[in-house]
Amino acid sequence: MYIFIIIITIFLRRNLKTSLTMPEWNKWLLWVMIGAIILLVFQSIFKPFETPADWIGIVMMGVLLYYIYTKKEFQSQKFIITAVLPLLIVNFLTESIRLISQSFYTKYHNWIDAAGTFAVLWAIGTLIVTRRQQKELNKAREKALQEEQNNKVISAMKDQLEVQVTERTAELRKQKEELEHTLEELKATQAQLIQSEKMASLGELTAGIAHEIQNPLNFVNNFSEINRELLGEMKDEIAKGNFEGAASIASDVIDNEEKINHHGKRADGIVKGMLQHSRKSSGQKESTNINTLCDEYVRLSYHGLRAKDKSFNAKFETHFDESIQNINIVPQEIGRVILNLINNAFYAVNERKEENTPGYEPTVTVATKKMGNHVCITVSDNGKGIPPNIREKIFQPFFTTKKTGQGTGLGLSLSYDIVKAHGGDIRVETLLSGDGVPAGKEMGGTKFIVTLPI
Amino acid sequence: MKILVVDDERDIQLLFVQRFRKEIKSTEMEFNFVYSGEEALLFMDNHKHEAVLILSDINMPGMSGLELLRRIKQKYENPPPVVMMITAYGDEENYQKSLSYGADDFLTKPLDFTLLKDKLKKLEVQ
Repeated sequence: MYIFIIIITIFLRRNLKTSLTMPEWNKWLLWVMIGAIILLVFQSIFKPFETPADWIGIVMMGVLLYYIYTKKEFQSQKFIITAVLPLLIVNFLTESIRLISQSFYTKYHNWIDAAGTFAVLWAIGTLIVTRRQQKELNKAREKALQEEQNNKVISAMKDQLEVQVTERTAELRKQKEELEHTLEELKATQAQLIQSEKMASLGELTAGIAHEIQNPLNFVNNFSEINRELLGEMKDEIAKGNFEGAASIASDVIDNEEKINHHGKRADGIVKGMLQHSRKSSGQKESTNINTLCDEYVRLSYHGLRAKDKSFNAKFETHFDESIQNINIVPQEIGRVILNLINNAFYAVNERKEENTPGYEPTVTVATKKMGNHVCITVSDNGKGIPPNIREKIFQPFFTTKKTGQGTGLGLSLSYDIVKAHGGDIRVETLLSGDGVPAGKEMGGTKFIVTLPI
Repeated sequence: MKILVVDDERDIQLLFVQRFRKEIKSTEMEFNFVYSGEEALLFMDNHKHEAVLILSDINMPGMSGLELLRRIKQKYENPPPVVMMITAYGDEENYQKSLSYGADDFLTKPLDFTLLKDKLKKLEVQ
């Protein structure tokens, strides 16, 4: 019996790893085991003590089984009860029989011993088989546990990943919003810059405009004064009866009246052009005479530069193809392109003029030409030309060779955008003025060619 | 009296012709018109031995009035032709420059023809 108690305690301690999981029980089991060993030894040495020791063993076993049966901690080890209970019962009965009737025991002790042996064999067999099963079960359970753990790890990683993805998404969204915000700001700044570029070129124009308006107004005033005089003379002639003379004066008056009308309209056109230039573009295409537009802006630009710099002087030539009919463009926008190109051309010739090359005659030419279903506007100068290293950059925004504060660097960039928006093209041909080569019309210069569809 | 008017505004010709119609009719004055400094120099070359009064605008494409004045005063010394410059109102810089180049008189835009007539007549008497 004690042997079984020892076996069971060892069993329990090992199977349940009590030393780790339940130290309290571990201690108890150890004591039980030690007790069982002592009693076992004691029983083997002192024969008279055999029977009481048997009873103590039965009680110990009973208590042990009771605990295994009732305590949750040992639930997985209940098979021990199945294995050992018959032995306990058989022992209990045997001892009871011996206690009650020794003769009965002696008479049937063969049967009783056989039952005892059978119970022992049953206990050993069951324990071994169950233990093996249990081991396998444990293995399977461990495997399942491992898998579960793996799953847990995987799901934890998944969760972590999801968190990371959410974080990243939030970050990206934030970045996107920031970028959108920046883009909005850039757009606003661009609009502002376009406006300030317009205003800058308007500033350059104002003086030219003043000059350009002054001249036609002078004509209007002068011719109307003359007409008053002439009409007075005509009255005299009529009074004298000299109708022929009167008729001659009348035709002069009519001529002058035409001049007054012409110059009045000229001033009107200039004011309108100025208003158009400063106003925000309506973006509406209008039927426009490209020659008139070019003529207007070449004059404005010339006089504007003259007003700014008294020493500035250049020849300008215009070659207009009169066969060009009105084309549909946004006049103030194309006007800005032309103005910008002409301003640049005058700037270029002035730069070269400052080198004081003998015989150099600064000249800017504006020409229009009809080419199939296109109109070409060419603005050429005989300046120094554009060096190859910056040729690629001239249409880039904010690129300028002028001193800080003198140019916005937006002129050509905006011109490019405007021409492209009209479905046209703008290109440049340039030739450097060689060092030491005498200046002449054919040496050096830049030609901007704007092509617009009709 | 021969007068050469230099101005890039072409209608200036009609204006002068009308303003000085009486003087032209009576051949008291003879007006010639050119539209640039270069043309003016060419005209002077072709009329070397005549006394010509020059009336020049300053603001012109190509050769400016100032350059024309400088060249005329350099080239024709004996006797130097009378050159009157037409300057914009309040343009002190051009006024001073014209003076230093030897301009004989000044007129401001817009032209006061009564004043101009008086000046021309005075010169005629001289």
